[in-house]
Amino acid sequence: MKIEKRQRDGATILDLQGRITIGEGDVALREAVLAAVGEGATSILLNMGRVRSIDSSGVGELVAAYTTVTNRGGKLRLFSMPSRILGVLQITQLVTVLDILEDEDEAVASLA
Amino acid sequence: MPEPAHQTIRLSIGSRYENIELVQAVLDETLESLPIDEETGYWMGIALREALTNAIKHGNGLDPEKKVDVCLAVDEIGVDITVEDQGSGFDPDAVADPLAPDNLLRTEGRGIFYMRRFMDKIDYDFGADGGTKVRLHKKFGAPGISAEADQGGANED
Repeated sequence: MKIEKRQRDGATILDLQGRITIGEGDVALREAVLAAVGEGATSILLNMGRVRSIDSSGVGELVAAYTTVTNRGGKLRLFSMPSRILGVLQITQLVTVLDILEDEDEAVASLA
Repeated sequence: MPEPAHQTIRLSIGSRYENIELVQAVLDETLESLPIDEETGYWMGIALREALTNAIKHGNGLDPEKKVDVCLAVDEIGVDITVEDQGSGFDPDAVADPLAPDNLLRTEGRGIFYMRRFMDKIDYDFGADGGTKVRLHKKFGAPGISAEADQGGANED
C-alpha cells in the first residue's frame, strides 16, 4: 500500500495505491489519516482510484478514518471509487454513511 | 471445456498475516485452469482472505506457533476451501449483524458476512479438542457474484 499526500484548495488529499487489507494497507491508511489529523487537517479526501482490493479490515479502517475525522468536526470524503471497492461498501450499506464522490473536482467542491 | 480434474492441495501456514498472500497465490493459480470467471475468482479470493484472517487473528490469536491448515479441493461440482485453526472456537450465530443500524459504524464484524456473500455456501465445524474449521464452497456455473447495491436484502443467516 502506497500513500501520497498533497494539498488542494485547503483539502488534504491522500492518494491511495494498492490493497487496503489486513496487516499492511489497513495500518498504512490508519497512520496516514492520523498523521494528517495531527497536522491539523480538517478536510481529508481519500483518492480510491488506484485501490486494487479491500477486505473487511480495510473497510473497518475506512470507517475508523471517517469517525476519527468527523468526531473532530472535520470532513472526510472518498472519490474515484473502483467498482469492486464500491461494491464491497454497498453490500454492507456503508454507502449510506460514508461520503463518496465521483471524482476529485466533485469532492473538492463538496467541501465548500 | 472438459470436466475439471479432481485435485486437492493442502497447506499449513504459521499465524502471520503475510502468509495470507501465499495462500491467495495458490488459490489464484488453481483457479486459472477451472471454469470460474475472473470476477468470481476475485470474490472467492476475498472470502478466503477473510477466513484466513479470522483463523490467524481470532482463532490462533496471532500466535505464530499455531498453524492454520488450508485445503483446496476441486471436483466436478466446484471448489471447496477449508480453513482450520487451533483456537477455542466461537458461536457463529452470536456474531452481530453488520447491517444493523447500530453496527454500521463498527470497525470490525464484517468478515463472515462477506464470506457468506461471496461464496455459495459456508459452514463451520468445531473440533472436540478445539479448533474451528470453516468450509467455503463455490459451484461451477453458479450465478455470478453481485456486489451491487443491496440495501437490506442480505443478512447473516
